[in-house]
Amino acid sequence: MDKFLQLTITGLSMGMIYALVALGFVVIYKSSDVINFAQGEMLMFGAYLTFAFVVQFGLPWTIGVLLTLITAAFLGVLAETFVLRPLIGEPIISMIMATIGLSSVLRAIINAVWGPVPRQFPGFIPTDVIQIGGAAIGLDRLIAIGVALIFLVAFTLFFRYTREGIAMRAIADDQQAALSMGISIKRVFAIAWGIAGISAAVAGIILANIVGVSGDIGILGLRVFPVVILGGLDSIPGAIIGGIIIGLLEFYTGGYIGEGLNLIVPFIVLIVVLMVRPYGLFGKEIIERV
Amino acid sequence: MAFLELNNIEVIYNDVILVLKGLSLQAEQGQIVALLGANGAGKTTTLKAISGLLKPDDGEVTDGNILFEGEPIHHLPAEEIVRRGIFQVMEGRRVFEHLTVEENLLAGAYTRRDRQNIRPDMERVYTYFPRLRERRHQTAGYLSGGEQQMLAIGRALMARPTLMLLDEPSLGLAPLLVKEIFDIIVRINREEGTTILLVEQNARLALNVANYGYIMENGRIVLEGTPDELKNNADVKEFYLGLTAVGERKSYRNVKHYKRRKRWLQ
Ligand SMILES: Nc1ncnc2c1ncn2[C@@H]1O[C@H](COP(=O)(O)OP(=O)(O)OP(=O)(O)O)[C@@H](O)[C@H]1O
Ligand SMILES: [Mg+2]
Repeated sequence: MDKFLQLTITGLSMGMIYALVALGFVVIYKSSDVINFAQGEMLMFGAYLTFAFVVQFGLPWTIGVLLTLITAAFLGVLAETFVLRPLIGEPIISMIMATIGLSSVLRAIINAVWGPVPRQFPGFIPTDVIQIGGAAIGLDRLIAIGVALIFLVAFTLFFRYTREGIAMRAIADDQQAALSMGISIKRVFAIAWGIAGISAAVAGIILANIVGVSGDIGILGLRVFPVVILGGLDSIPGAIIGGIIIGLLEFYTGGYIGEGLNLIVPFIVLIVVLMVRPYGLFGKEIIERV
Repeated sequence: MAFLELNNIEVIYNDVILVLKGLSLQAEQGQIVALLGANGAGKTTTLKAISGLLKPDDGEVTDGNILFEGEPIHHLPAEEIVRRGIFQVMEGRRVFEHLTVEENLLAGAYTRRDRQNIRPDMERVYTYFPRLRERRHQTAGYLSGGEQQMLAIGRALMARPTLMLLDEPSLGLAPLLVKEIFDIIVRINREEGTTILLVEQNARLALNVANYGYIMENGRIVLEGTPDELKNNADVKEFYLGLTAVGERKSYRNVKHYKRRKRWLQ
């Protein structure tokens, strides 16, 4: 039972990280049909930025994190404006290639500025171990879950109720009709990239706190693919629930069946789900009235 | 100076396909102006030229000008044209299928700066279309065709336009519903003072509500006048209202022509 609780909480914290990265991915895909292969590098960049602000510049962590989020949002908007916007109207594949280019550029910058040696992430998130129902749980895991939850809820409310959130979903449905409402497509794309930047940075900070800052954490960008495919490429709730499911599955498999399998089982589940629901768990259904 | 003025405009798609070939028309404030014509005449293209929606179709106004309240608008982006008070209700309704009725209405209000008036305006849309109120939380994609057309018009109202461009609002609707929609179009024109440019295949219906009408063929205006003038014109009678002079012999081509246009009768 303690083991179950332990696995559940660690799995959940990993799942939340997946959910955040997946959310950024889905927001971009939903509004512009672009698959962003730079999501993992955006996450890594966020972790390095916090490292730079807090450790290298010696700023208080609150300000460091705040600056990281602002810079990440700004970088997302910048990427959209200068890398993707010139390609609007070109085949989607060119845009996807551009995101691959963007990921290489980000990797190169990180390598040039911080070098290949892993860094110790500043320890502003307490790592005390507390006992819950017999299980020993790191406080950082609980905080990770809480912080991720706050951001996920905030983004969900944003998409559901705000003017720009509704505009974003309108564009996803019918771009030309959205244009006829006076919705600015460019502005909405920029916002989507800004949100993706923030959510990746938050995930990066949480992850780096657990495993340290290194080029390895960018791999998470690829591990998030089964998450978004499971949840449905264009579904925001799908990204969140998909992330949690995959995170939990990884840890349950690792804990009960054996290390090594934990990276395979999610894919098996994914394939089974896709056989039953080809659009993913929450993917947009094509509405066909009869 | 007319409220809306198109002067000799030329529209080209994909840099080569010339669709509007020097089209001119005018609308006075507060009027309902009908724009009639066969399939492919260029009616939708005309509306998109006004509302700035040609760009995604790779179309462009290459000659002439479009003046709205005296100012040229043919080089403005669509969002700026909406801000100035022109709103197009696109052909085929084009509601946001995965959004609820209410979210569709909010999308229509996107450019509004007076956020506090949006709720009251939504209520007013519901008084025009009570059926939308009942379905306010329903996903728009599952509404019936008639309800979707109501939503498309209601969504336009949310922008408080001074000029509404309606592209075939009767398309695919049962006669009773068409009447209902047209009654509301007239009410909107009277009660809100919205100027309406109405594109229709159903010539009779459109001429019954319009103050003035244009008939276009092949990218040009070929005839214009008051509804009475148009209804009494022999060509209009034959091709647009489906009436022919008794005993007149028709060539095969004309018969085919007639059949093709028969659906305007309804
Ligand atoms: N995006 C486009 N690219 C190229 N040609 C186009 C495009 N859109 C329309 N056309 C052409 O322009 C002409 C006019 O089309 P338009 O849609 O304006 O006609 P319409 O009068 O609205 O017809 P309908 O009654 O069928 O809606 C047609 O010959 C059409 O093939
Ligand atoms: Mg048309």
